[in-house]
Amino acid sequence: MNTDAGMIGQAGLQFFGRMCTSISHDIKNVLAVVNENAGLLEDLCAMADRGKPIDLSRLKRLAADVKAQVRRGDGIVSGMNRFAHSVDSTLVRLDLVEVMELLKTLSLRFASMQGFAFRLTRPQDSATVTTAPFLLLHLLWLCLEQAIAAAGPGRTVELTAEKGVDGASLRFGRLEGLGNAPAASFPTEMASRLCRALNAEVRVDVQANEILVNIADLRE
Amino acid sequence: MAEKVLIVDDDKAFLRILSERMQNRGMEVSTAESAAMALQLLEKESYDAVLLDLMMPEMGGLEALQIMRRKQPEIQVIFLTGHPSVSKGVEAMKLGAMDFIPKPVDMSELTEKIQAAKTRRMILVEKRALKKIKNIITKND
Repeated sequence: MNTDAGMIGQAGLQFFGRMCTSISHDIKNVLAVVNENAGLLEDLCAMADRGKPIDLSRLKRLAADVKAQVRRGDGIVSGMNRFAHSVDSTLVRLDLVEVMELLKTLSLRFASMQGFAFRLTRPQDSATVTTAPFLLLHLLWLCLEQAIAAAGPGRTVELTAEKGVDGASLRFGRLEGLGNAPAASFPTEMASRLCRALNAEVRVDVQANEILVNIADLRE
Repeated sequence: MAEKVLIVDDDKAFLRILSERMQNRGMEVSTAESAAMALQLLEKESYDAVLLDLMMPEMGGLEALQIMRRKQPEIQVIFLTGHPSVSKGVEAMKLGAMDFIPKPVDMSELTEKIQAAKTRRMILVEKRALKKIKNIITKND
């Protein structure tokens, strides 16, 4: 079990579980708000029964609130669906813009808890790569955790996708605190294992305040 | 007299709607979007009950609870969480929380707990006042 594949499998399962926990928390929060909206509707009906007329504008606002929560929930569930499908195939042609967006969706709760924001920069030419989607998401998540720890005073992590010669790359920028982290601490052992499995490379550039992930095309 | 309640949650939509429902039940409600904001309010106000979210940015509910109890030992904190787990519940109770309610919230259960919190707090405040009076009498004797 001490092989790269074994270790990656075990850590991958932990990563999957962690994402599910975070997503279920987000969904619970949406349900809690919808539940309170339904409760308020009941309150208004009970008040109407006692002779207090229902304010129509209040009802309209309630309907708008419920719709907003449905949109919020839909975004969370769509992200969860895309994440769950990442284990379907070993190799897939991926658009890194979609990967960046998924990463952003998955990290919403995490971002809010840590008080940071994402800024995505789309490439001029499409940045696609043939790779293992779940392993790539796991590697990028590890990079993201490191990036958040090193994010600058504005607490904004800039994510940039770029087309490469034999694949594509993703850049985590604006990491002004990167120099404060011990140089040897990243990439971690697990990140290095994932890099080997993905034929990828993680470069920590303290001068440029960025973490660069080069992802080469994988072949069957 | 109306129950005076502070709700602390980083979800603004939840905060707004829950406070409206509680106000409809005659409660006097204040809200805070973060633990830091709640601690500021507690500098100048006291509440019959504090409804506290467990997971919040910067300072989580458990850390906030400890600071709140240092500021106001009689404070009655009820945790509201979308993530109820036995271990977190036990930890919260050990740290002095009064109760632990999962989201989505059952309003009648919450109302009962808030009323119980008010009674409990009043007893603790009275006990402290009696102790003070006792100390003064003993000193004077």
